[in-house]
Amino acid sequence: MRLVIGHLYPDLFHLYSDRGNVCCLQKRLQWRGIEAEVTPILFGERIDFAGMDILCWGGASDRGQEMAAGHLPKIRQDFRAYVEDGGVVLAICAAYQLLGRYYRTEKKKVEGLGVLDICTEWRPGRLVGNIVLESPLFTAPVVGFENHAGRTEIGEYTPLGNVLFGHGNMGRGDYEGLVYKNVIATYLHGPLLPKNPQICDVLLKRALKRRYGREISLDPLPDEEEYRANRQIAERYTRSSV
Amino acid sequence: MRIRSRLAVLCAKMVCAVIRILGKGSGSAFPGYVARRIDPEILSVLSGMVRKKIIAVTGTNGKTTTNSILYHALKAEGQKVVYNSMGANLLDGVISAFIQAAGKSGRLDADYACLEVDEMASTGVFPGLSPNCILLTNLFRDQLDRTGEVDLVRDRIQKAAEEVPGAVLVVNCDDICSWTLGWGCGNPVLTYGISEKLAEGLPGGPRETEFCPFCGERLVYTFFQYGQLGIYRCPGCGMERPRPDISASDIFWSGGTCSITLDGHPVRAGARAPYNVYNILSAYAVLCAMDAPRGHFGETIGRFDYGNCREGSFRIRKSRVQLYLAKNPVGFQQKLFLLLKDPEPKDVVIQINDTRLDGEDVSWLWDVDYRVLNRANAATVTTGGARGGDMELCLKYNDISCKYNRNLKETVEKLTAEGSRNLYIITNYSGLYTTNRMLQKLQERGKDGVCHETCYRTSVSGSVSSV
Repeated sequence: MRLVIGHLYPDLFHLYSDRGNVCCLQKRLQWRGIEAEVTPILFGERIDFAGMDILCWGGASDRGQEMAAGHLPKIRQDFRAYVEDGGVVLAICAAYQLLGRYYRTEKKKVEGLGVLDICTEWRPGRLVGNIVLESPLFTAPVVGFENHAGRTEIGEYTPLGNVLFGHGNMGRGDYEGLVYKNVIATYLHGPLLPKNPQICDVLLKRALKRRYGREISLDPLPDEEEYRANRQIAERYTRSSV
Repeated sequence: MRIRSRLAVLCAKMVCAVIRILGKGSGSAFPGYVARRIDPEILSVLSGMVRKKIIAVTGTNGKTTTNSILYHALKAEGQKVVYNSMGANLLDGVISAFIQAAGKSGRLDADYACLEVDEMASTGVFPGLSPNCILLTNLFRDQLDRTGEVDLVRDRIQKAAEEVPGAVLVVNCDDICSWTLGWGCGNPVLTYGISEKLAEGLPGGPRETEFCPFCGERLVYTFFQYGQLGIYRCPGCGMERPRPDISASDIFWSGGTCSITLDGHPVRAGARAPYNVYNILSAYAVLCAMDAPRGHFGETIGRFDYGNCREGSFRIRKSRVQLYLAKNPVGFQQKLFLLLKDPEPKDVVIQINDTRLDGEDVSWLWDVDYRVLNRANAATVTTGGARGGDMELCLKYNDISCKYNRNLKETVEKLTAEGSRNLYIITNYSGLYTTNRMLQKLQERGKDGVCHETCYRTSVSGSVSSV
């Protein structure tokens, strides 16, 4: 078996070490004897959507997003088709915002891909800090670090999780991120996947199912280090509330 | 001098004395706060008494070392210099440096002032300080939880420079981020740069931009030094790295020292880390920009202690223990290069904390290329600190086998007891002081250890003010 992981725009969307997610997806396939190919797609390059199993897209500065905006109309249609067809996407922070209809930054309005019917507004006061979520999709708490000035309303979409500690999408401490079909979009850096291996494995399972047309169970991995790092955050910030 | 200013200096000096008597910290910032509360104009009053030139040093990496080189270079020329030796680089730290240099009457007897200024504090400091020269060392990602984005840091420094339009901006033109900042503000600009490779095999680390800031085209590089530093040009609009006004060439490394030709003059420095060539060059460029005396510059940089500015070397039992500070990915990458340059077998300990001084976000650890550890003859790697779990996990996914032990002292005692001869400890900011103290104690305790004072300084630029 073999999966292709497309690393979107590592030359422009590279601010908060989200490449760690790509590394995590790849390693967790390889450790189970599944071939994993990582294809970096540089900004401006064509994306071979048909050949992609997972698209990984990370954070950027507001200026980086504005630069990217001009290019987005070229990929809008194919990206939407990929998502509607069940293509797996992990979108972090700036990428999360750009999957929506628009992001109004401090200075201008950046048109997004419109893959998700959401919009983001810049507000003064960055939302910065460690964050812990509980998610019905996963048994372990989801931990990460948020650092965003944009506020994202997700409407009727399912959030990735409820905030146990931290700011969340709107800074109200209620919900964070969203899940739509096989898209997980969130503000969580950290990077997200290594400390939350359950999320990584869900993405891998869905990609394998889509590629091979059947449920493929993943061999369990020891994950001792993963959960030690997860606990160092989860226990520190939620000891009193959980 | 106004009564109010005199009173401010006097009270602040008393506070200094009290802090010293009580042994409550170094007194590197709080006296400045006291003075500022009594006289909000105190910084401009004191800086106005500097007879010749005021130099502000800002940027991501190299501030403390470069500012210290400047201080020693000017001292060697017989100049009286004010400088924030403790590296307290926020507004109160800068004022405190002047308070300490001033007499009880409030009078300041100084030819020059060299002040390290935190990037985000620059807008608050520059108007009162009125520097004649601003040195911008480089711009890399650093403490993004405090600064948000590198672009925001860039905008902040540009705004601060524009507050003092007469100040000469000395910038590293090998860094496209610094150079375009200089290009964008109206200040007079002097550039420095290196047109040859600093050293062979220098690992890169993350690049802050790969695109032309003018037309958005992808930049083409002849070569990289590290990070985004290098010789760039834009195939779209023709923008290219300018020919530097001041440059270093003929860089040659041998036996822990390096020889450089600096603006035509051969000099030699006891520096092991390649980035120190930039520190030396930038200090020299500042002296040129200010037309300051520099006849003894070669001697100064030959004598300057590059290793002990932030870190220390210790002997515990039979082990040589080297302590390094690494607080952002580019800095970490450069420290790993030093490990690689030491061919002896070694044990490596990495301690990562996440206090506000360190930056609470440790995701930057994933921006470092750890593969060099596979070639660095490291027998063991141990991680520790409050976020040692993150470090361990990051190494695991980079195929570096390691152990985790939160307790650093235990790790050091165990490794030295088991006969480690060569131990490297890399820590981020908050662990530096405690680790230095701990290593000194272990060194003094060991009967075959040679006890010597290890000096260390580093800048404090977190949001927590130090007393």
